[in-house]
Amino acid sequence: MAAIDFDVELRRAGAHATGGWRRVLFLAQRHVLGAAGLVIMAVFVFTAIFADFIARYDPLSIDSARALARPSMAHWMGTDSFGRDVFSRIIHGARISLAVGIGSTALGGTIGVIVGLTSGYLSGWVDLVFQRVSDILQALPLLVLALVMTAALGPSLPNVIIAIAIPLIPTVARVIRANTLALRELPFIEAAKSIGMSEVRIALRHVLPNTLAPLIVLATAQLGSTILTEASLSFLGLGIPEPYPSWGRMLSESAAEYVRTAPWLVIFPGIAISLAVFGANLFGDALRDILDPRQRG
Amino acid sequence: MTEILLEVTDLKKHYPVRAGVLRRQVGTVHSVDGVSFSLGAGETLGLVGESGCGKSTVARSVLRLVEPTSGRIRLDGEDITHLSKAALRPHRRSMQIVFQDPFASLNPRMTAGDIVGEPLAVHGLASGKALEARVAKLFEQVGLRPDQMRNFPHQFSGGQRQRICIARALALGPRLIVCDEPVSALDVSIQAQVINLLIDLQRQHGFSYLFIAHDLAVVAHISHRVAVMYLGRIVEIAGKDELFRNPRHPYTQALLASVPVANPLAKKLAPLVDGDVPSPVNPPSGCAFHTRCRFAMDRCKTERPALLEAGDGHQVACLLNDGTGRSQLAPTT
Repeated sequence: MAAIDFDVELRRAGAHATGGWRRVLFLAQRHVLGAAGLVIMAVFVFTAIFADFIARYDPLSIDSARALARPSMAHWMGTDSFGRDVFSRIIHGARISLAVGIGSTALGGTIGVIVGLTSGYLSGWVDLVFQRVSDILQALPLLVLALVMTAALGPSLPNVIIAIAIPLIPTVARVIRANTLALRELPFIEAAKSIGMSEVRIALRHVLPNTLAPLIVLATAQLGSTILTEASLSFLGLGIPEPYPSWGRMLSESAAEYVRTAPWLVIFPGIAISLAVFGANLFGDALRDILDPRQRG
Repeated sequence: MTEILLEVTDLKKHYPVRAGVLRRQVGTVHSVDGVSFSLGAGETLGLVGESGCGKSTVARSVLRLVEPTSGRIRLDGEDITHLSKAALRPHRRSMQIVFQDPFASLNPRMTAGDIVGEPLAVHGLASGKALEARVAKLFEQVGLRPDQMRNFPHQFSGGQRQRICIARALALGPRLIVCDEPVSALDVSIQAQVINLLIDLQRQHGFSYLFIAHDLAVVAHISHRVAVMYLGRIVEIAGKDELFRNPRHPYTQALLASVPVANPLAKKLAPLVDGDVPSPVNPPSGCAFHTRCRFAMDRCKTERPALLEAGDGHQVACLLNDGTGRSQLAPTT
């Protein structure tokens, strides 16, 4: 162990000295899976941004003559029951699915961190109130809550993101709060107090960085479930309004009806969702390790 | 007599014990129950006692990391017992703490340099290059290499980490450093190095230590005066040599007799005390030690002995020494 650590240590020193691209390459070599995850994420983001140039057909144009065509050279992933090109719809769907997935995870995660940190750090009645509200939110399934929210707010992209983010808050807040409770009893927090540091600074500088590991794992895991929640909402007519494609709706619309007769309608959106979640998880795991000094060797 | 830096008067810290749905108070932990002592500038006061006797609570109360239930803490003549957080901030520079566990007392996500420099940054005393230079100097003072500033805590050994903690405590130029069992988590060989470092630093800077430990050899090495605590009270205070040569309280005698001797042929003394420390939830009436004391009399069950002068700055809280100023007990060593 000692010999390996020493080697890593030397290389790390070199990586620090050069910085920039050399450093990214260096980290990619050490975290091959994480680099793969980053590439997957980057490809999806790239397709989402340049969807208009990559897609070969208009994702919304209906052509009943070509309905339910098998995958072929003309339609790489076949067509759906309206004759729309599945490949083009998946390319365009990346926009909505990623916006919903990343947007709601980021929104719910940020608010969850703030709530969890305040709740765990201040404790007392603040904690009591936050925890009971969390209990109420968590007693209801994610989907039911999101359903009520979108029904109240009306279906549109920002509203869907908000509706999915709110049920996430208590989940994130619980994890952060539990970590904060454990951390604030540690001597380094007491040392910070004896220096005369303000409570806000202690919370941000000493407590928050030490809750990063579970937060990153939780966030990347939630990314997948938010994409699927959006699918369910869309299926019930409360998600992104028709006819704009999202992976979730493509999957849920065709799952029951066409899974035997036209399986490509189910397989390709399913692969897109799995790949995005897989990529996010790989990248998240690597990010957690890179940000943890103890894992750096 | 040197100038008095820290004066603690009748310090008490009681924790409520709550139970049941209504969180009704069912008892009180008398963690610290009327402790008084003073500490001169440049002096080291050792505070010894068994686990759970309230040593650490005294330490944390002095720094106002826990709020004392009652009593008074005066630092440099100023009463800091009830100061608000903001008012206390300037005084924080005068008093710092070194903890027992060097693994938990450093933030694992900060570099050693950032940890040591943080007090200076927080008080706005230095920034940028000046901060770095001062941190480098602190590293040298505690026997670490300045190039180790970029390393993270997990890359240091236990002894080195404790040096980082000491450097952090030194950063603000304090007049009082509270050491809460700073060496009990370290190997014996490392203990000596850290203790000697603490002594050297005191000679250079002239600050005072409130040094808490349960290891009598360590306390004997570093302290000028020693206070012995039992169940939240100080039972005896004296100069180091006086205390070790002439312990007057039966508890101190038992404590000294229990120190192992590094000679297998030495005659083992019969243990002078047996049983366990009673619970601080319901401490015994009168003298807290009467349940385990060899010399306990009927009076001891009802009267609480005060800490009285017994000559030569030697103070004892025992009814056997009551008023006479002379021990009726034969010294055991």
